[in-house]
Amino acid sequence: MLEIKNLHARIAEDGTEIIRGLNLTVKAGEVAAIMGPNGSGKSTLSYILAGREDYEVTEGEILYNGESILEMDPAERSSAGIFLAFQYPMEIPGVATMEFLKTAMNAQRRARGEEELKIPDLLKRVRASADELNMDMAMLKRPLNVGFSGGEKKRAEILQMKLLEPKLCILDETDSGLDIDALKIVADGVNALRSPERAVVVITHYQRLLEYIVPDTVHVLYRGQVIKSGEKDLALELEKNGYAGIIGEAA
Amino acid sequence: MNVHAQTTRTPAEAALIDSFAGRVSELPGDAAVTVRRDEALELLKNGLPSRRVEAWHYTDLRRLLSSVPAFKPVSEAEPVAPLIERSAVLAVLGGAAVDRNTGIDGVTVSTVADRLIEGGMTDGLAAAEPHDAVGAINAAFVSDGYVIDIAEGANLDRAIELQNLHTGGQAHSRFSVKAAAGAKATIVERQAGDGEALVSSISDLDVADDAEVLWIVLQEQPDTASYLGRFSARLGKNAKLTLFVMNSGGKLVRQEVRVEAAGEGSEFRLRGVNLLAGEAHCDVTMVLDHIAPDTYSTETLRNVVTGRANGVFQGQIRVARDAQKTDAKMACNTLLLSDDGGFSAKPELEIFADDVACGHGATVTEIDGNHLFYLMARGIDEKTARGLLVKAFVAEVIEELDDEAVVEALEGKLDAWFVEHG
Repeated sequence: MLEIKNLHARIAEDGTEIIRGLNLTVKAGEVAAIMGPNGSGKSTLSYILAGREDYEVTEGEILYNGESILEMDPAERSSAGIFLAFQYPMEIPGVATMEFLKTAMNAQRRARGEEELKIPDLLKRVRASADELNMDMAMLKRPLNVGFSGGEKKRAEILQMKLLEPKLCILDETDSGLDIDALKIVADGVNALRSPERAVVVITHYQRLLEYIVPDTVHVLYRGQVIKSGEKDLALELEKNGYAGIIGEAA
Repeated sequence: MNVHAQTTRTPAEAALIDSFAGRVSELPGDAAVTVRRDEALELLKNGLPSRRVEAWHYTDLRRLLSSVPAFKPVSEAEPVAPLIERSAVLAVLGGAAVDRNTGIDGVTVSTVADRLIEGGMTDGLAAAEPHDAVGAINAAFVSDGYVIDIAEGANLDRAIELQNLHTGGQAHSRFSVKAAAGAKATIVERQAGDGEALVSSISDLDVADDAEVLWIVLQEQPDTASYLGRFSARLGKNAKLTLFVMNSGGKLVRQEVRVEAAGEGSEFRLRGVNLLAGEAHCDVTMVLDHIAPDTYSTETLRNVVTGRANGVFQGQIRVARDAQKTDAKMACNTLLLSDDGGFSAKPELEIFADDVACGHGATVTEIDGNHLFYLMARGIDEKTARGLLVKAFVAEVIEELDDEAVVEALEGKLDAWFVEHG
């Protein structure tokens, strides 16, 4: 589903290279964990996949279902089924959460040639998903993410993910700032989305999240490259021995 | 010697003076009114204020008022649907008041034309100072409008909408409202029309002790009209006034706001939305006097500038020596969506009391790239995402109004503007 080949990317503004020849393949139905120390390029990778203009791809390729996405803008990628759950979701004053959900869902439906959702149908879907995530509907009347706690923001991200039904889900440090109860709810939400047609990329610093979202593969990112790939045991090994051993091995 | 005496008049100055000669015999008023009109004309003969006059520094009226159309013998203007449903509409069409009452208990209405003829309407029928072009033009030419009294303790269950409409030419109107002690009312002032025009309109409002007024100025002139407006208000003890000004049209617009927080404990809120497109020049100039102790005011303006439009906000807050414990906050935020547009903000605080909390701030920004990315990452195309963000920026001030029907109606106006200019 996702093939990243020899990807090089830099910060557009100052030319700092962050991704330095990254290779990664994630198949449909797979849950892939990407781990790595701070500054290894994890968040940058997630932004590049989502199409953020602040980064410039200088070499290599990103294929999604066999086709390059490099020329697509973030909205086009999203409509094609790529979803990034942000590490730090934006607070947007003045945009009501419900209005935002409606606009996003219908924009994607339009882009896919589907009929727009009518309000009652839309409300029903939102309510059902919000219930599953233990979210209060009153929260959705507030401006998007404004005044939400860290945990509420992460839940709101997962809510959007459930509603938009993407094919490739990228979770950027979704566990940061979550207490254990919220973590379980979020993990349940992600696990409910697991399916043979859908791939999930979980970016995380700690092994903790992977106890709840059990990955099929684990990839260690260091200085903009995947330096080691393995199965879920690799995450446990990292937890026990830290990154130093693997980094030493690769160097 | 008058330093502003012009050796050559601009075409607009000449047209103003000429049109007075042709119009004066039709204008209503007793002998005292005629004197006031002549005095106003004398001021106009000195020329319109240019950028050398401080109050007009950012709006060089002499240069910007490029023409003054002739009066139209007959206006084809017709009342429009009110902003808020069920409102009582009082319309002035082409400078003539056509309604006589509101049908609301506790509200008495008379026309400005009648008052001018009967006498007792000379107060304020003059320029406030030598460069007061808005006051002078209006005093010279005012033909009609409404005088409204809201009875003590009356709590109006319907809004009153004052419509000042034209189909080109000139229109000069006045609206005078007194809300007696403890009264509660919502008033919409609608400034609109069609065709090349010069419109002046002066509203004055008296909010007596404990009275509460929400006044909405909806200025949606065509881009062929020059509009000179003034809103003045005086607040009694514990009186509350919210003034909401929305400018979404006009070629040349000057909206002056003069408020006196004269009664102890009075509160004033100014909320302004300026939506500027094309070649528009729009100036909101406020002078607010905190006269009594324990008075409170906040002023928030949100401006969206596209095309080659230019906006101005001059906000002057004066706190008198006796006005201790004054609390005033002023903010002017602009979203600049075009490299060819501009906005000038000039906040001024003049404080003579020593125990006050006053602050002001002005910002000019572009759309936040992080916000845009976030919305697009959810599949919202760039144009729609930008539209959402711009609307959100403005909608924040609208949503502060407590009345849901009013918020909905104003957001409808906002949507309509974005459909046309977004």
